[in-house]
Amino acid sequence: MEYPKDLKYTESDEWVRVEGNIGTTGITDYAQDQLSDIVYVETTPPLGESLQKGEPHSAVESVKAAADVNMPISGVITEINENLADNPELVNTDPYGEAWMVKFEISDPSELDGLLDAAAYEKLNEEREH
Amino acid sequence: MTEPLIYELSSPGRKGVSLPAVDVPETALPESLVRVDLPLPEVAENDVVRHFVRLSQLNYGVDTGFYPLGSCTMKYNPKVNEDMARLPGFALTHPLQDPDTAQGNLAMMYALQEWLMEIGGFAGVSLQPAAGAHGELTGILIIRAYHHDRGETERIKILIPDSAHGTNPASTTMSGMEVIEIPSDARGNIDLNELKKHCDERIAGLMLTNPNTLGLFEEHVQEVVDLVHGCGGLIYGDGANMNALLGVVKPGDLGIDVLHYNLHKTFSTPHGGGGPGSGPVGVVEKLVDFLPNPVVGIVDEGDEAKPPLYGLVTPEKSIGRVKAFHGHFGIIVRSYTYMRMLGKSGLRAVSDYAVLNANYLLAKLRDAYKVPFDRICMHEFVAEGHWEDAPDIHALDIAKRLMDYGFHPPTNYFPLIVPEALMIEPTETESKESLDAFIEAMLAIAKEAREDPDILKSAPHKTPVGRLDEVQAARQLVLCCRPLYLDQAP
Amino acid sequence: MTYIPHTEKDLQEMLAAVGVDRIDDLYEAIPENVRFPDLDLPDPISELEITQELQALSEANLEVFHTSCFLGAGAYNHFIPSVVDHTLRRNEFYTAYTPYQPEISQGTLQAIFEYQSLMSQLTGMDVSNASHYDGATALAEAVILALNHHRGKRSKIVVSPAIHPHYRQVVRTYTQGMGLTITGDEKCGTEPNEMINMLDEDTALVAVQYPDFFGNITDLSALGEAAQASGALFCVVVNPLALGMLVPPGDFGADIVVGDGQPLGISLSYGGPTVGIFTTKDKFVRKMAGRLVGETVDDRGQRGFVLTLTPREQHIRRDRATSNICTNQGLMALAATVYLSVMGKQGLRKVAELCYHKAHYAAERIGALKGFNLWNKHPFFHEFVVKCPQPIAEINERLLEWDILGGYDLGQDYPDLKDHMLIAVTEVIAKEEIDDLVAAFEEVSND
Repeated sequence: MEYPKDLKYTESDEWVRVEGNIGTTGITDYAQDQLSDIVYVETTPPLGESLQKGEPHSAVESVKAAADVNMPISGVITEINENLADNPELVNTDPYGEAWMVKFEISDPSELDGLLDAAAYEKLNEEREH
Repeated sequence: MTEPLIYELSSPGRKGVSLPAVDVPETALPESLVRVDLPLPEVAENDVVRHFVRLSQLNYGVDTGFYPLGSCTMKYNPKVNEDMARLPGFALTHPLQDPDTAQGNLAMMYALQEWLMEIGGFAGVSLQPAAGAHGELTGILIIRAYHHDRGETERIKILIPDSAHGTNPASTTMSGMEVIEIPSDARGNIDLNELKKHCDERIAGLMLTNPNTLGLFEEHVQEVVDLVHGCGGLIYGDGANMNALLGVVKPGDLGIDVLHYNLHKTFSTPHGGGGPGSGPVGVVEKLVDFLPNPVVGIVDEGDEAKPPLYGLVTPEKSIGRVKAFHGHFGIIVRSYTYMRMLGKSGLRAVSDYAVLNANYLLAKLRDAYKVPFDRICMHEFVAEGHWEDAPDIHALDIAKRLMDYGFHPPTNYFPLIVPEALMIEPTETESKESLDAFIEAMLAIAKEAREDPDILKSAPHKTPVGRLDEVQAARQLVLCCRPLYLDQAP
Repeated sequence: MTYIPHTEKDLQEMLAAVGVDRIDDLYEAIPENVRFPDLDLPDPISELEITQELQALSEANLEVFHTSCFLGAGAYNHFIPSVVDHTLRRNEFYTAYTPYQPEISQGTLQAIFEYQSLMSQLTGMDVSNASHYDGATALAEAVILALNHHRGKRSKIVVSPAIHPHYRQVVRTYTQGMGLTITGDEKCGTEPNEMINMLDEDTALVAVQYPDFFGNITDLSALGEAAQASGALFCVVVNPLALGMLVPPGDFGADIVVGDGQPLGISLSYGGPTVGIFTTKDKFVRKMAGRLVGETVDDRGQRGFVLTLTPREQHIRRDRATSNICTNQGLMALAATVYLSVMGKQGLRKVAELCYHKAHYAAERIGALKGFNLWNKHPFFHEFVVKCPQPIAEINERLLEWDILGGYDLGQDYPDLKDHMLIAVTEVIAKEEIDDLVAAFEEVSND
């Protein structure tokens, strides 16, 4: 199970990478493992849409479950990963790299303080397993 | 072992059925609206028959063997039901013909309404909903209409136990209400403390399945009902598990205000490979006016000389129509036949032996399989398909291996609150021999799980097809085929 | 005990294994004050007795074998090839459950896959689900799909008044908690092209029927284009048998095609069960309600079929499901599949044409009678409307003397159409029966 140290995490299993004022987000290794083989990824809001922290931007489906993927912090959508529509399995093989879902302009950087770091998120998952 | 698709059996110019020649002067067709091509198969009648006979042979049904699918009540489907539904006097009646010319149908529907009221403890019944989920939606809309009629429009929340069937929250959302999930306690009942926190003037009602999806009768049902009624809410009863309650208790007497029945579960109509079913709804007195339109009523009492005249009646504050025409009449005939034959004592025996059969299986399997809520069950129980000393084996593997022993597996992965759930419902129509054979198979599989786990992981071996790639099915969606000639070059 | 095989010996052995003395002991959890009510139900009877009783009860009805049926209005008396019922009687089909265990349900799954294929081809759409309850509930689900597609941002639904009255009522019932505006059907004569002006950026869906409730068939391309331009989804309610002959709605730009499959090999049975057809373009497949069967392979390399995209459904998605539907109309979908297989490309076209020619012959002869006027201004399929010289209820009562079941009284649903009768003519009606109807009309109108 991977927990890259340069990322921040939410309790609903999303990660965010911050580069300047752009955030990149997707679901974590733990999440893809729970869902198992991903068959479909759909991003709904169009480019330029402003979303609040916690609002869903995408949905992922596996054969046994479907889940919303929520904004880790508030932002305006600048890019959507078009690759995932035809290659949903990337979410399983490379959740932090090729399977990024959306990029966004960060609306309120102070919201990052409310997120978990890699160690805290790993600890959360250990507790969940029991 | 597979069967070609009907399109693959097609050959241009083949004719199936014969039709008469046109016997009237022909009228010109409206050319601009006539289709150029009709991509349907062309197969001779005997090839059609062989195709569907061979397909049927790939299936397992209740008539093939034991089918202990929890929450589905896979009891024997009486053959006389099939014959009665096909009587021309029933099968060849048109829904819109004058009610005076359909008195046989209406008399039957009226009687079924009365019997369902009696069994459930209700003051009104609608036979219109087409299935259980349809009945649920109807029931929730009735609850909503009742509160609105009293000006209480802020009641928008429905309380649903976490063990509930998925149709419960889905039906709630469809009606425009909000779902509040209530957890179960350690004994498998609704957690009363959690429930108390949510009972306020924004509650429209609570959806109760009793016995619940663990096969257990709610031990605090009176308190649950009182809490919800106390804050002005109504109780919706999911009647999927009625097979345990016939003549044992009336849901209306427990405080349930509206309940749906599943004629295709409790009342023996066949499951058809996924329907058709029928989901009549029963209501207490204060909800009678809100039933869907129409219900069958007596429009003229009659006297010693003539029988009562039946008709279609619109309830005063009806929520409206939930389906075209009157409901699944063909299914109503089947369940009427069943209930008329069994009568009072026969229906009570159904529950007695359904509950006995389930408890017998529980007694014989509880040592080999963990039963998380281990108390006397009703007509079904849930076991865990997992052992600490066989960690690679999951409920799915047990289910697949059962097919090699000639059984349909129990329900898998439901209810969600039990991990690796196997929900087992034998029904009353299984003999002791049938149950003993199933017990033997389950015990053998428990042994194999430790001694030869691979045979479970790679099961089934003896079925027409092996484990199917569901991931591929979802990733590369192929939902229909096309006639070959459409893709060939002209 | 009926259908319960236990002997006294079985009972005693089982009670001992469970550890109780009597079956009643198993009901301890039931509150005593309400336990074991005395039900007011009749005593049991035997199979022989029930067959006698129901034979008599069924004979208290008028049925369409001994009566000439000119009543349609959404349920039609058609010829059902014998192969259909023989297939439905195969125990492995009708006593099977929903195919959640695909390895032992390939019969059901492949039959549904074939049904989906046939419905897609017939309607000109890309995908079909495994069936809905009926045409009316299928239309209601189409409305819900449109609302989800627009993510709740559009709340107006435009419906034609020429959609079956029951269907429009069901849509209103289903959506009563959703705060929608349902409009377009206020005036009974509104034509599809007149609905173009009703579309705006708040319209989620526009729906018409084809052939419509009055039998009319019109070119829907203009409305289809207007719907696309406004962003509203375009839904067409069809009679699938008419599609044996008519241009499929896919050609008019339909996004969703729904309808009732009763004309495809399903008996009238006083209105149910039938089968709801639900087909759409590819892009809506994930928003579609109901079960879907997909093709795949097994671990032995064989082609096989499974239920797919199940995360949309209630048993996984629960309160986020696209619909609550669980049991659908499996066996009736099988009936339609067998019907279309044995009718085939040639047979279905022929049945449609027989209906068309017989209906037009009837319309011409009736329209020529004094006091009877053909109302339709458009081409029609197998139903047409006639203005009659007397109230319809009275005419129909008289027609029974000739063993004729007259058409539908449109005044019940459309105040502007008082004394108008909707007459259906199908392939089972012989020329002589039409001539008898004409003679009967003539006599009734002379009284």
